[in-house]
Amino acid sequence: MESNEQIIAAAPPRDTELVIDVSGITKRFGAQTVVNGIGMHVRRGEIYGFLGPNGSGKTTFLRMLCGLLKPDAGKGTCLGYDILHQSDEIKKHVGYMTQKFSYYEDLNLEENLDFIARIYQVQNRRQAVKDSLEKLGLYARRKQLAGQLSGGWKQRLALAASLIHTPDLLLLDEPTAGVDPKARRDFWEEIHQLAAAGLTVLITTHYMDEAERCHRIAYLAYGNLLTSGTVEEVVTGAKLTTWEVAGPDLASLAGELRHKDGVTQVVAFGNTLHVSGEQETELRKAVEPWMKAPYRWKQVESSLEDVFISLMEQSQDNFK
Amino acid sequence: MSGTRFSFKRLWAVVVKEFIQMRRDRLTFGMMVGIPLMQLMLFGFAINSDPKHLPTAIIVQDHSPFSRTFIWGLRNSRYFDLVEVADSEAEVQFLLDEGEVQFVIHIPEDFSRQLIRGERPKLLLQADATDPAATGNAIAAINTLVTTVFDRDLKGPLQKLRGRPGAAELQIHKHYNQEGKTQYNIVPGLMGVVLTMTMIVITALAITRERERGTMENLLATPARPAEVMFGKIIPYIMVGYIQTVLILLAAKFLFQVPMLGSIPLLLGLIILFIAANLAVGITFSTIAKNQLQAMQMSFFFFLPSILLSGFMFPFRGMPGWAQHIGSALPLTHFLRLVRGILLKGNGLAESVTHIWPIAIFVAVVMTIGIKRYRQTLD
Ligand SMILES: Nc1ncnc2c1ncn2[C@@H]1O[C@H](COP(=O)(O)OP(=O)(O)OP(=O)(O)O)[C@@H](O)[C@H]1O
Ligand SMILES: [Mg+2]
Repeated sequence: MESNEQIIAAAPPRDTELVIDVSGITKRFGAQTVVNGIGMHVRRGEIYGFLGPNGSGKTTFLRMLCGLLKPDAGKGTCLGYDILHQSDEIKKHVGYMTQKFSYYEDLNLEENLDFIARIYQVQNRRQAVKDSLEKLGLYARRKQLAGQLSGGWKQRLALAASLIHTPDLLLLDEPTAGVDPKARRDFWEEIHQLAAAGLTVLITTHYMDEAERCHRIAYLAYGNLLTSGTVEEVVTGAKLTTWEVAGPDLASLAGELRHKDGVTQVVAFGNTLHVSGEQETELRKAVEPWMKAPYRWKQVESSLEDVFISLMEQSQDNFK
Repeated sequence: MSGTRFSFKRLWAVVVKEFIQMRRDRLTFGMMVGIPLMQLMLFGFAINSDPKHLPTAIIVQDHSPFSRTFIWGLRNSRYFDLVEVADSEAEVQFLLDEGEVQFVIHIPEDFSRQLIRGERPKLLLQADATDPAATGNAIAAINTLVTTVFDRDLKGPLQKLRGRPGAAELQIHKHYNQEGKTQYNIVPGLMGVVLTMTMIVITALAITRERERGTMENLLATPARPAEVMFGKIIPYIMVGYIQTVLILLAAKFLFQVPMLGSIPLLLGLIILFIAANLAVGITFSTIAKNQLQAMQMSFFFFLPSILLSGFMFPFRGMPGWAQHIGSALPLTHFLRLVRGILLKGNGLAESVTHIWPIAIFVAVVMTIGIKRYRQTLD
């Protein structure tokens, strides 16, 4: 897709080492194009957020990066290895955490970690497994079967397992889904420490606060890359104007505003509504009739969520 | 794909993991040990069974005290129920063909005259030997009967005819089972059947299970190579196969007194090839099947011809040509001959080679298909 390539070209080239450097990656399942000519450049030590609605092709893209699926088109390198022909090498240096828990439920925690450590031929395997369990805070429960863990703990075990061979690149597919806030904060703390030490992380998420913790993000919808860059770049790049309105019976107001020309979206935010549009003047014209008591209006900065929802709605118009 | 060499460390990782999983899955493990024992008991019961009162027709062409003594002796043995007493062969032969009687006994003309002259006349026994287990004991009984029953009538000058080898001779004609399959054939055969059944089913589930549980995605994302995964999954079950084999051999020896003429270490050494053949089939099915149910169905698809065409169920030489050709490709066919040869005939390595290489070729071909079929990607 031309538009996708353009977005990538717009990203300023820097002379840091590129850990992921791919272009034109395409995957089709039957007639359906699930990933459509996506390019991505991720630098060493970067935390790269990968966002997009359900079914947009995030998981499929990650699978192609680590050799689990063969792209139908596209080329590039991952950790300097060709993604089409050197997936064996890539696999040795990548830690991949799948979206669905995919460790052995009939092995206990220690056995699971031990298996992975053996497969990757980790030096000082026993110590590595022990350290990993201790860091998880699960050393005392190491004999418990993985299948008996709660959902959040399974996620944390999977993360620990994907780190046990000290990979250079971490691919995390919704690692914090179902994880409690405290554990989520600890998780991000750790990810930032690892990144500072040189680990590169590509992470998919549906949480806005997590997107904001990434160095850079990319937004995918229906297989197309819609935007990428730092959070700031993405928000300003969207050129979205947003008004916040408070007052009585916002539900019916939302219903009336939603279909006006110049209004791209109306979203409820607690006791207020966010009304956004792409053209500042047209948006103003559209909301003018209600700019009086009992409503109170205030122009606000568009949030990342506003931007994503508007991107998603546009893409629905374009691709559906 | 490039680069990565076969690694014994990664192979070992898979072996360890499979062992743990096998140990955890108590039910399956129990079945693996339970099935051979249960089958042995079932078949063993058939072997041990000592059917009496078998329907018997007798052709009496010599009406003499000796004949009466013999008939009295037959009745007393309780193995024979005389359902038909005839004067000529034509009257009773069809009874045997139709399965109405198990035996036809023929007392020929001049029997008593020859006996008194010490010429050891022949008593003819025709047996329907379709089921050797059913007739074995009866034949043994009549053998003893013929050597001893006339003793009480041999008095005075005839006394010298008493004792061995007996005053008359028994000549046995077995019908319908020319191969002369004995009851001892069953236990060695059972070893092959049990190994085929359990080994194939269990490994057929091995990779499909990883796919169904979603653990395949993880396994594929690691550097583990197809050969490492497949051999890693096979090795633990070779041990299970040995446990089954030893159980069956012990039962055969001590419960059913099956003679073991050949070398047991040789048998145990060669059996690994047969176990590997079945595991290769299973693991290859496992790479083809989309889910565990399909894997099970494929196993049975292979299991049935193995049982029917290998010579376990029906005598191999009695089958039509095409069936023999199919049978010759199956590892069970060669394994049965191998085991029977070693256990019952006392064959050594030299005589066994003709049955070894067909199994070896089978393993090589099937394992190659399996490794080729193992998909390294999810699509
Ligand atoms: N093996 C497959 N065969 C056919 N279609 C597939 C396959 N895997 C994924 N798809 C389709 O590809 C599309 C993208 O799926 P993918 O799992 O990559 O989405 P995602 O962005 O990870 O979604 P989510 O946020 O829900 O995890 C979906 O429409 C899905 O139905
Ligand atoms: Mg996904």
